[in-house]
Amino acid sequence: MKFKHILHILPLSLSFALLAAEPSWKALAEDGLHDPTSPAIGVLQEPATALSLLPPDTTGNKVSWIRALREHYIEPRTNILPETKIEVLDMDIIMDKTGELPLVKFPHKPHTEWLDCNNCHDKIFIEKVDANPINMFAILSGEYCGQCHGAVAFPLTECNRCHSVARSTFTGKPGVQPKPASN
Amino acid sequence: MALILVLAAMMPNVSAEYADVVLNRLSDANDVRPVIFPHWFHRIRFRCKVCHQELGFEMRAGANEIDMGKIIDGQYCGMCHNGQIAWSVDECHLCHSGKPGLQTGIRGSNQTGGPGRW
Repeated sequence: MKFKHILHILPLSLSFALLAAEPSWKALAEDGLHDPTSPAIGVLQEPATALSLLPPDTTGNKVSWIRALREHYIEPRTNILPETKIEVLDMDIIMDKTGELPLVKFPHKPHTEWLDCNNCHDKIFIEKVDANPINMFAILSGEYCGQCHGAVAFPLTECNRCHSVARSTFTGKPGVQPKPASN
Repeated sequence: MALILVLAAMMPNVSAEYADVVLNRLSDANDVRPVIFPHWFHRIRFRCKVCHQELGFEMRAGANEIDMGKIIDGQYCGMCHNGQIAWSVDECHLCHSGKPGLQTGIRGSNQTGGPGRW
């Protein structure tokens, strides 16, 4: 390779290396949304100040929110109204209509640690196995799982976080799983 | 397509923080900066269900007809932004901190997902 070619590639590979090395969050004044002349700049908390202290992830806003909650990095309130009922459900669903991809394991636990049952049932998902014609086109269009995943929860580039159960090793029955897994 | 996804994933800071929401249904028309709602800041302090269940926020940017009257009445943001749990409505500029002209919608995230609408 000629020397001048290396010079062309060097800055690009360096910037990729830097991006890969350290998650960084844009300052509010540089995020393209906040008005840098707004008096809020300097008062509002900067993303890096808060997010750099939380357990890292490779995607989204580079925070593993599930770990942050489970390992008590954060203690977000569950309710404002004293009468609100808090329910966490430990139940996994295996979905097998995934073509040639691994099966989907949907764990209720991490979802209900954040969300209320009513957030999904029955507005987004009918509360019955096989009653929802979920497919990736709908998800990519922001329906079903895509209402959060790709918007606020980990994005749709992370196929294997949902398609996590190998067809070859799964010997049980799809649907509600008898023994709740640890996550 | 795969290359685009890979490149998109490698550029974490192209714009807004993941899941920032711009609210500009009424702001520009009323000569105030649009609102920037940061999901990251709120989810450190509250679980999703507090806003999306107790406070009644629909999970679709632009689907909630929020106005200052309702907030002052204690609805939507006003359930916490009342000077007790969080800063009160007097602090206009802390929420209305966006660049004028921004379009309502969720930012920083759906660009990586495909042809979605959020």
